[in-house]
Amino acid sequence: MRVRMEKRLIPSRWMTLSAPILSLALALLVIAFVFLGYGVSPLLAYKRIFVGAFGSLYGLSETIVKATPLMICGVGLAIAFKALVWNIGAEGQLLMGAVAATWVALYAIPDAPAVVLLPCMFVAGFLGGAFWGVIPGILKAKLRANEVITSLMMVYIASELVNYLVYGPWKGAEEWGFPYSSKFPSSAQLPRLLGTRIHYPTLILALLLAMLVYVLMMRTKLGYEIRVTGENPEAARYAGMSYFKTVVLVMLISGGLAGLAGVGEVAGIHHRLRYPQGISPGYGFTAIIVAWLGRLNPLAVILTSLLFGGLLVGGDAIQVALGLPVATINIFNGVILFFVLGGELLTRYKITFEWRREE
Amino acid sequence: MILEFIVAALKAAIPAGTPLLFGTLGEIYAERSGVLNLGVEGMMIMGAVTGFGVTLATGNVWLGITFAAMAGGLLGLVHAFLSITLRANQVVSGLALTMFGLGMSGMLGKRYIGTPPPCRLRVAPIPLLRDIPFLGPILFQHDPLVYLSVLLVPLLWFVLFKTRAGISIRSVGEAPATADALGVNVFLVRYLCVFLGGVLAGLGGAYLSLVYVPAWIEGMTAGAGWIVIALTIFAMWSPGRALIGAYLFGAVKVLQYRLQPLGVSPNLLNMLPFIFTIIVLLAGTGEVIRKRIGAPSALSIPYAREEK
Repeated sequence: MRVRMEKRLIPSRWMTLSAPILSLALALLVIAFVFLGYGVSPLLAYKRIFVGAFGSLYGLSETIVKATPLMICGVGLAIAFKALVWNIGAEGQLLMGAVAATWVALYAIPDAPAVVLLPCMFVAGFLGGAFWGVIPGILKAKLRANEVITSLMMVYIASELVNYLVYGPWKGAEEWGFPYSSKFPSSAQLPRLLGTRIHYPTLILALLLAMLVYVLMMRTKLGYEIRVTGENPEAARYAGMSYFKTVVLVMLISGGLAGLAGVGEVAGIHHRLRYPQGISPGYGFTAIIVAWLGRLNPLAVILTSLLFGGLLVGGDAIQVALGLPVATINIFNGVILFFVLGGELLTRYKITFEWRREE
Repeated sequence: MILEFIVAALKAAIPAGTPLLFGTLGEIYAERSGVLNLGVEGMMIMGAVTGFGVTLATGNVWLGITFAAMAGGLLGLVHAFLSITLRANQVVSGLALTMFGLGMSGMLGKRYIGTPPPCRLRVAPIPLLRDIPFLGPILFQHDPLVYLSVLLVPLLWFVLFKTRAGISIRSVGEAPATADALGVNVFLVRYLCVFLGGVLAGLGGAYLSLVYVPAWIEGMTAGAGWIVIALTIFAMWSPGRALIGAYLFGAVKVLQYRLQPLGVSPNLLNMLPFIFTIIVLLAGTGEVIRKRIGAPSALSIPYAREEK
């Protein structure tokens, strides 16, 4: 038997839709074997995950809670990845957004009324995340430093900075020795949907951003430049587009959006700055898969973020119920990403099997 | 007194840099053949957990090290299949590998948390050489894996630059179509190099869990795999400079522990290696551009025969 791969001139439309679903299904099949190897019934595990994430109003609300930061980060990363700028540092940018918002809420203008304070926190959070994103952007555009490494190193640095703040100068006096900042004044806390942890202003912001970025990418000159830079940087340069501007701008936007997600977490959920893992269980990293599985389409990211939000909630559920380690969710992330990547082959290539009879 | 301090610090820098040296040597081969593997962190940590687990089960540390290398190599093959055969995006595939490795090792290693290492690699001072003043204690009083990593440097340099196999590897990374036309099996060479990269990363991980720490701690690589990626650029894809870079990082790590008792915030000190990584990356990239060396031309570009 011979396998032939022919490049498709136009990606197959049918495959574009069905490949991610097929990839997901295969990934879940492989992970089932991981569960088996661990001595956990995969059917039980999947049932628990599904019921935990979508089986109750509480589960559903938590899924939305966790989908919110994934959506905002994922939409931002979709822009960067479209330009082939590998911003791997959304996690750090999210944390810096949280730090900036905390500074506004506790130190800059703590006495301001909510209508002033909350918008200021979001603006500061955007700037904090954007600042953290622009640094690798400039290093890439000016000095050709690999942005995968720089943006990732900035995650570690941000994470230690948050640790430093909550163990040191920003440690709250009334927090019983926990590595937390003081609690935000109530004017710095986002309203929630009744009885849930859904901080709906952030959710609405996330949905608006997804639509806005969709329009930006599809209908504006900037979006066009970003896409051309990603597909053919030489052509982009030839057409007079500034590589520096595009790279720095996509890092600024994707970093800024991740920063907004960080504001949502501290203002909507925790109401204080906490140690880094307490603010984000890796939203910035999971958002990479969210963006990729959504094929860098901001509207599709809405769906994929809900899917992974559910996976996070369901993952928590099986950790408790089946005694699995926290890292289990990373297995899901890795395997799903493998299969999504492999599945893309189906959209780009036409694969034919030729059966040849041996004479 | 000061001399003793310097000797102790330099001596400590070598084991601290050894996992990085293993990893960087492997990544140099993978990238020289044209495959960017960002999954070093994942391969390393799987090596760490496999090495620890197998040693615990068998009581044989060398068996543990062998299995660790195989685990790394096996994960490398996953990346090879995706990026070479399926021509997938190598950045994303490497990220997936890292996530998978971190997750899988966490799951496999859960039962080892808090378990003391079953047995450890003994320090094996080299007779005669160990008595050289100053240099002896720094260089020749280590464990066998340190010596192995150091011996690999000239060996891998020689293979890469002085043998036919090395020419094949470099030509596949620079101009795969030409290499193919000359009869080099591009796919096989790339598979082997990525496999070797995984094996060495696995060894680096085993060194962490069986010798350097030694214990299993979830996420114990703590970014070492990413430092390796930066070191590969700093090394300009050459084994000799990898040695310098790895020990430089070892020294930073030692510095980090030595400064802690002086009252500097441990959190700020923890930033040191990561800030240093960015600096090293910038220095390496700057030099690469200045000397017009450049990364292997076909780095991260999948090769497809029929699309010439």
